[in-house]
Amino acid sequence: MTNLRNGNSDPSAAPDLSQIVVIGVNHRTAPVELREKLAFSPKETENALQLLQESSHINESMIVSTCNRVEVIMVTGDQVLALETISSFMAATKSISRTVLENCAYAYSGADAVAHMFRVAASLDSMMIGEPQILGQVKEAFKTAVTKKSTGLILNRLLHKTFSVAKRVRHETGIGGHAVSISYAAVELARKIFDTLDGKTVLLVGAGEMAELAVEHLMKNNSRSGILLVANRTFSAGVEMAERYHGRAIHLQEIPENLKIVDIIISSTGSPHYVITKDHVRPAMRSRKHRPLFFIDIAVPRDIDPAINRISNAYVYDIDDLQGVISENIEARNMESVKAQRIIDESVIKFTHWYESLDIVPTIKDLRNKLGTIAESELSKTVSALSHLSADDRQAFVKMTESIINKMLHDPTLFLKNPGSHRNKSVYLDFTRKLFNLDP
Amino acid sequence: MRPLLFVIILLYLLSTVGYILYLFAQKDRYHRLAYRVMMGGFVIHTVLIIYEFFRIGHIPAQNLHQTLVIAGWSLAGVFLLIKYRYRLNILGVFAAPLATAVMIAAFWVPSVSMEPAPLFKSLWLVFHIVMIFIAEASLALACGTGILYLIQENAIKTKSHKFFFKRLPSLESLDRTGYGFIATGFTLLTIGLITGFVYAQLAWGKFWSWDNKEIWSVISWLIYAALLHGRLVSGWRGRRAAVMAIIGFVALLFTFFGVNFLLEGHHDEFTKW
Repeated sequence: MTNLRNGNSDPSAAPDLSQIVVIGVNHRTAPVELREKLAFSPKETENALQLLQESSHINESMIVSTCNRVEVIMVTGDQVLALETISSFMAATKSISRTVLENCAYAYSGADAVAHMFRVAASLDSMMIGEPQILGQVKEAFKTAVTKKSTGLILNRLLHKTFSVAKRVRHETGIGGHAVSISYAAVELARKIFDTLDGKTVLLVGAGEMAELAVEHLMKNNSRSGILLVANRTFSAGVEMAERYHGRAIHLQEIPENLKIVDIIISSTGSPHYVITKDHVRPAMRSRKHRPLFFIDIAVPRDIDPAINRISNAYVYDIDDLQGVISENIEARNMESVKAQRIIDESVIKFTHWYESLDIVPTIKDLRNKLGTIAESELSKTVSALSHLSADDRQAFVKMTESIINKMLHDPTLFLKNPGSHRNKSVYLDFTRKLFNLDP
Repeated sequence: MRPLLFVIILLYLLSTVGYILYLFAQKDRYHRLAYRVMMGGFVIHTVLIIYEFFRIGHIPAQNLHQTLVIAGWSLAGVFLLIKYRYRLNILGVFAAPLATAVMIAAFWVPSVSMEPAPLFKSLWLVFHIVMIFIAEASLALACGTGILYLIQENAIKTKSHKFFFKRLPSLESLDRTGYGFIATGFTLLTIGLITGFVYAQLAWGKFWSWDNKEIWSVISWLIYAALLHGRLVSGWRGRRAAVMAIIGFVALLFTFFGVNFLLEGHHDEFTKW
């Protein structure tokens, strides 16, 4: 119970899942210019949380701000007023007109809000389904909110549940599996050929932006003793590029010679002809003792003669092949997201159950049931040992236990019904359920 | 002994099911379970062979039934050991059904009891048999690895990244493992052949008698020798090595079965049934 926080809602109100509200914009509802403007820096987040805490109808709050979404998650007794507060706050601090904001913002409450949180953290709502960063970003946002003490029982529970759902989705579905970008697809393929990229030599032919990205991924994956060679038409640009990765530059004419020592070739020149042909590769294969050679051709028109793919132990992938791999992988991820959605639906139901149990009536009922079961089993043990008792005597025992339970539960019931003004009833209900282990 | 044989077959079969489940579902717990079940089968298998050894007083490799039992045992043993070393779990999809099939064949073939020939009481012979069988098991697994290599290579070349591409390890690790199997198998095969020649000298007074089995053994040995030589000298790796591993194993299979069934020779009686 480290996060006891006094809520300001009416303590006698029954817990209502619609208290949980999410409002925000994401990459689907708002253009990047607007998202940029709305984004919160860490400092701004802290200030905003402070402000939201001071608002009388917002009990708990946190802010998730990434480049693809800005969302405020809160627990509120008055939805309309809370949304009003957020919009006017956004409009004021970010100087965006309310109409623009209201046009592209979405708001969910209750089970929808819970499901939305789960979807976001599980990366089902991401621009690229299954991308792994979002979970870390949500975690970071939650940490900030916890340090600012703006979360309480409900958001803490919701977020912990969110993290475990996201973990489960990642673990039980293939949503994060397989590359969905050219450079990752290239690395993945290289791994299917070479096992490890450690110590592999990469030759970059021409220095386009996409090629550079692929090189970066490859070099990141062969931290140890990987060498980069750069062959570029303008030698000085090649030198510059090579220096960034502690590699060295070579002339275009030296490529055939170097095919003997390199393992992976990434090509992206503007040349109208093939830069590397079968006749370059055949002799090279012999002198490299047929160790595999992997060509990644991201140039259009192509740089690498596709006939090279027919040479034993040489593999050529052009941009279309890589695109093909990627679209297969995206399809696979979409298939997996159906599975993920089922996990999320399940978890929303579980969360709703927990939330509803925070009501006074079910808690008292569960408590009474628990005590009743204990009393009954003890009573039957005792009575069966005392065979001389008459039916009336036994009845008297039953009556006595019942009234003990009633008397015992009297004060707790009163307290739970009204824990005192300015106290959050849910916290005590949750505590009671834990104390008596009502949710085993 | 048949109930024990039945238990072994059952365990190998369960292990096969585990590995097939692993192939489809890709859950680690399946291959772990399959490995343990196979290990259990192997332990019982070992006990069975030791028991037989003491029962008949020499190595039980007298008839087809017994040789198959030994062949299945070495296959399971080599796989369990290699899997531990190379962590090539998916190879179980090849090894477990093969071991099961060999054991079912052994179960099916009746064990003809024979006069314990005085020939059988030599330590050279025990050594010869054990070495040859372990070599054959290694080379069988080399063939399996070669098949996996060809499947994966085909997937990468044709750019169809479907079922097997995702499930099979990288080409280099398959190539390396296959090489490991062949190097081990070849070494043991060499030792096995040498001990065989020594034994032949002791038993029949000559190292070499132009027997069909001898000729085919040497042909298989030469195929593997060529493969290893090619790899070390001119870098026969990848596809060619995989194909050679398969051809070599076919030659070996012919040496093991074909010669006994189709041709005649002095190993005849060991495959009687």
